[in-house]
Amino acid sequence: MHKIETKEINLHYGNFHALKGINLVAKENTVTALIGPSGCGKSTYLRLFNRMNDLIDNVEISGQVLVDGEDIYGRKVQVDDLRKKVGMVFQKPNPFPKSIYENVAYGLRVNGINDKKFIEERVVSSLEQAALWEEVKDKLNKSAFELSGGQQQRLCIARALAVQPSVLLMDEPASALDPLSTSKIEELIHTLKKDYTIIIVTHNMQQAGRVSDYTAFFYMGTLVEFNETKIIFTNPKNIQTQNYITGRFG
Amino acid sequence: MRISALVTSITIIMIVFFLFREGVGIFKSPSVEKGYVIAVNKSNAVETLNSTQLKNIYDQEITNWKTLGGKSQEITVFRVEDITNYYSEEELGANMEYLPAKISEVLAKTPGMIAFFPSTYLVKNFKGKVLPLKNISVANFLGGTEWFPTAQPSAQFGAWPLILGTLYVSLIAILLALPLGLATAVYLAEIADKRTRNFLKPVIELLAGIPSVVYGFFGLVVIVPILKNTFHLDSGQSGLAGGILLAIMALPTIITVSEDALHNTPNAMREASLAMGASKWQTICRIVVPYSSSGITAAAILGIGRAMGETMAVLMVTGNAAVVPHSIFEPLRTIPATIAAELGEAPQGGLHYQALFTLGCILFIMTVSANLMAGYISKKKRLA
Repeated sequence: MHKIETKEINLHYGNFHALKGINLVAKENTVTALIGPSGCGKSTYLRLFNRMNDLIDNVEISGQVLVDGEDIYGRKVQVDDLRKKVGMVFQKPNPFPKSIYENVAYGLRVNGINDKKFIEERVVSSLEQAALWEEVKDKLNKSAFELSGGQQQRLCIARALAVQPSVLLMDEPASALDPLSTSKIEELIHTLKKDYTIIIVTHNMQQAGRVSDYTAFFYMGTLVEFNETKIIFTNPKNIQTQNYITGRFG
Repeated sequence: MRISALVTSITIIMIVFFLFREGVGIFKSPSVEKGYVIAVNKSNAVETLNSTQLKNIYDQEITNWKTLGGKSQEITVFRVEDITNYYSEEELGANMEYLPAKISEVLAKTPGMIAFFPSTYLVKNFKGKVLPLKNISVANFLGGTEWFPTAQPSAQFGAWPLILGTLYVSLIAILLALPLGLATAVYLAEIADKRTRNFLKPVIELLAGIPSVVYGFFGLVVIVPILKNTFHLDSGQSGLAGGILLAIMALPTIITVSEDALHNTPNAMREASLAMGASKWQTICRIVVPYSSSGITAAAILGIGRAMGETMAVLMVTGNAAVVPHSIFEPLRTIPATIAAELGEAPQGGLHYQALFTLGCILFIMTVSANLMAGYISKKKRLA
């Protein structure tokens, strides 16, 4: 059984056919990069896995999205529970207007956990996992907005980790960050791979090459090529993939 | 741009300056209207009187000089028209030309007498003692419970019932309007679909444009009878009626301002919360509302400001009784209603006129402190 699998996914925004029959699998504890030019559907595809597309009106989805073998669009699925299992990190750092501590604790609190000690342990371990603990341990009660952009993004990762998901979706997590912060995030992705299955959307070819095990190239709503990252970057089978990777378009 | 900002600031400063210049004047004058004097017999040991004492004397609640620190002696109250009790019309002359002299005479004859008469009747060799009168004190003005601005001989400027009335009505209004308005705003911004929102929002904004007199009519015809029948009151005109009416009037402001604030919460905040497995309600309560708390505070301030300053509608439904209200079902009177109702009758520059300006100052201070308080609370909340 694969950790994540989509079967013949079609998605329409009104009349616009955004995803056209996507089949893809992701193994547990791997990093899959979704690349492609803007508007190719990679972010839409990513948002299938925690059903964030539900928030948009006029979306029609057909096909199957399986997480741990379960169709997450099935009738019995509780979206809230799904989103605990499938965490997400957004393009721009979007910490809540709360303290650093409360940002990380948020996911636990909304899930009805009130045990102070438990929350505290989880906050600390999440911040440690997100490689942020050393930088913020003395100012946990300060507002999250006092952190730098890179720190904020790692805080958002810690926040996502606090509810202990098994899948982590990342939508261009480093695109709004400076190179130094970006490399920190990339290192972090490397370490998180041990415990999580990660799907990352990125515009940055080098980043995809550095962090991912598998790469999927999307173009105009179709999955053009999917293979091990090494192969995609050194020996792509499709001419479009080759053109995109070598920077001829996109 | 800079010029218009400057003009605006200067205008505001001028209004405040003018208000306070006029308003503070009252504390420099005694409570007896200019052109009148209070006089007693020369043997009287009492040196001065304040407005409350004067009123109590003339209401015959104080009947002995002992109470006021003088000798034990009955007080005889004298007004100009009482002169006919002492002298015949012949003695006063055909054109009352001997009246001033006779006042002086009767005062000298009667040891316990206190007289109130125009200062033009003060003869040169006056045989009584003109009492110097105490100025109206701040404490008396703020704490006094009686508002009889045209009472003779001494006007009573006790603003306490009016201050309390204003606070009562505003408090009721804001307690009703804030939860209701916030709930509506949340519904409009977060829950309602686009079509409902596009229909409801202009309707609510339209409410803000209805003249307050029309609201007053509505209150008088609808709210007052309902209250009267529900609570079996003698009259439905009460602080509660005013509060309800003001709440309705403040609602559009509160709804539109806080709805805007809620609506402007970045979608990224909502998505982040939902992506953590939070429900829609949790997202609204824990993220969206706190995020827009400053906008909601602004809405509350504007609402309170409207409630405190509203004049016409309140005047029409609160029953206009300048007494200290003991319950929300009793008639009361607010500061703006008092100013609106009485300014037309108050001679310009007179004591009453100044007193109304002082009321304006008090109202100004009340609204400013409400604003400061709301700002302080929201600041404190944001840090937590």
